[in-house]
Amino acid sequence: MAAMFSQNPLMNGPNYSFNQTPTTAAGGNKEHSFYPYTDNGGSTLAISGVDFTIVAGDTRSTSGYNINTRYAPKVFKIGGTTSSQDDATLVLSVVGFAADGEALKERLDAIVKMYRYQHGKPMSVKACAQRLSTILYGKRFFPYYVTAILGGLDEEGKGAIYSYDPVGSYEREQCRAAGAAASLIMPFLDNQVNFKNQYIPGSGEGHALQEREKIPLPRSEVEDLVKDAFDSAVERHIEVGDGLQMMIITKDGIEEIYKPLKRD
Amino acid sequence: MNHLPQAWGRPRDDVYGAYDGSYLQSHGPNQHTQQPIVTGTSVIALKFQDGVVIAADNLASYGSLARFTDVKRLRKFAGTSVVGFGGDVSDMQYLDRLLNSLDIEEAYSSSGHSLNAKNLHTYLSKVLYKRRSDFNPLWNQLLVAGLDDDKKPFLASADLLGTTFSAPSLATGFGAHLAQPLLRKVAPDEMAASKLSKEQALAAVKESMKVLFYRDARSLDKYSIAIITADGIDLKEDEKLENQSWAFADQIRGYGTQVN
Repeated sequence: MAAMFSQNPLMNGPNYSFNQTPTTAAGGNKEHSFYPYTDNGGSTLAISGVDFTIVAGDTRSTSGYNINTRYAPKVFKIGGTTSSQDDATLVLSVVGFAADGEALKERLDAIVKMYRYQHGKPMSVKACAQRLSTILYGKRFFPYYVTAILGGLDEEGKGAIYSYDPVGSYEREQCRAAGAAASLIMPFLDNQVNFKNQYIPGSGEGHALQEREKIPLPRSEVEDLVKDAFDSAVERHIEVGDGLQMMIITKDGIEEIYKPLKRD
Repeated sequence: MNHLPQAWGRPRDDVYGAYDGSYLQSHGPNQHTQQPIVTGTSVIALKFQDGVVIAADNLASYGSLARFTDVKRLRKFAGTSVVGFGGDVSDMQYLDRLLNSLDIEEAYSSSGHSLNAKNLHTYLSKVLYKRRSDFNPLWNQLLVAGLDDDKKPFLASADLLGTTFSAPSLATGFGAHLAQPLLRKVAPDEMAASKLSKEQALAAVKESMKVLFYRDARSLDKYSIAIITADGIDLKEDEKLENQSWAFADQIRGYGTQVN
């Protein structure tokens, strides 16, 4: 199970995520037994702003050193009234084992659609976030092998991001990176979104240093940050690349942007 | 009346003898597929401007023994789609029966067949995902080729874990290592694939089958190839590889210093 948490502090530094899954069943010297999970690589990232949320993911799907396809989305609109999801207000990203990710997405989408049917109103991010947690925990002993991030706008119209572990532990956050290159992207976000370790120039020495004021970033800057984060992840992680898919949620709806990434 | 509910509705012991519970229990644990036995190797496929080309050789191996040399691994569905199977052959035959019964069920509707390749792929991937979630997998990787809802070429993959993906060219097993790079040279993206002619696609797939026969120890020079377009399926199940290059081999002597 330790292999599930790719953020495991015991491992010093980033690894190829497919090396973390056990290749043989525990405790057996069987030659070949069925292991129901695999890792399809890739990385996702979400950042919230004052009146918007951006959820992004690369579009590469891998198995081992092979590229399955250069375009397999991991970011999905959730809970629209039609299959085209034109009027959806929520976005889910899943990274890890793609088949579980697909199954989780379809289940959440069906549940959010049923909520609208039963209650006559769209589901709030907060309610959806709690529901997603119970879905994940429902498979506590045969988990969905995915790291999910849910994005939307809260009741006040502010950007909201909820991040999850594979068994449903969740938290609302300002920003979060997940997947193969999470350990490469997250420290960059700490510094560039939350201004960690940044101080006001000339404000003093040692403890007298004053922290840089935390101000929410404008949308154009966040879009650039996302692109930069993925461009550098593509350089340093072999499972990330090919394309960048961004969903930008505002009060006017969800805008989808695709940008090419390096394909090597 | 007997007040014990367990006995209600059960044949009376004094008339029929003691209840024989052995029919309810199997002896030993349930057997699930733990490993493939008789296997098929790569399936390769490539989209072109108005359809898809898909190919697989006619071999079913029993480990390293080339046991069955006339096994058709491309199966037609409803005259509109082709499924190419890699992996366990008995599981392939099970899936083929499943698809036949699905085909018959679909034919009951008055409007005739309505399932296209995209619908078929969704169906198969759900079957495979359910089976892996029951820890009883169907040990196959399969490619589904045909047309989608908009009559555009459709090609997608599904495997024993329920993993699915789609691309302009796809290959399973050894083909993912050897054929896929060659096919991607011809069709690096959807745009390029939509400009390929049928002849170009056919040539690229045939060339890839040859490379697979050179380098995959579980492959055969006899293969099946199918072209799926809006006009229907053109399936040839008894093709031979042509123009193999072996003439250079008599120039090679020893493993290093040997001259003659």
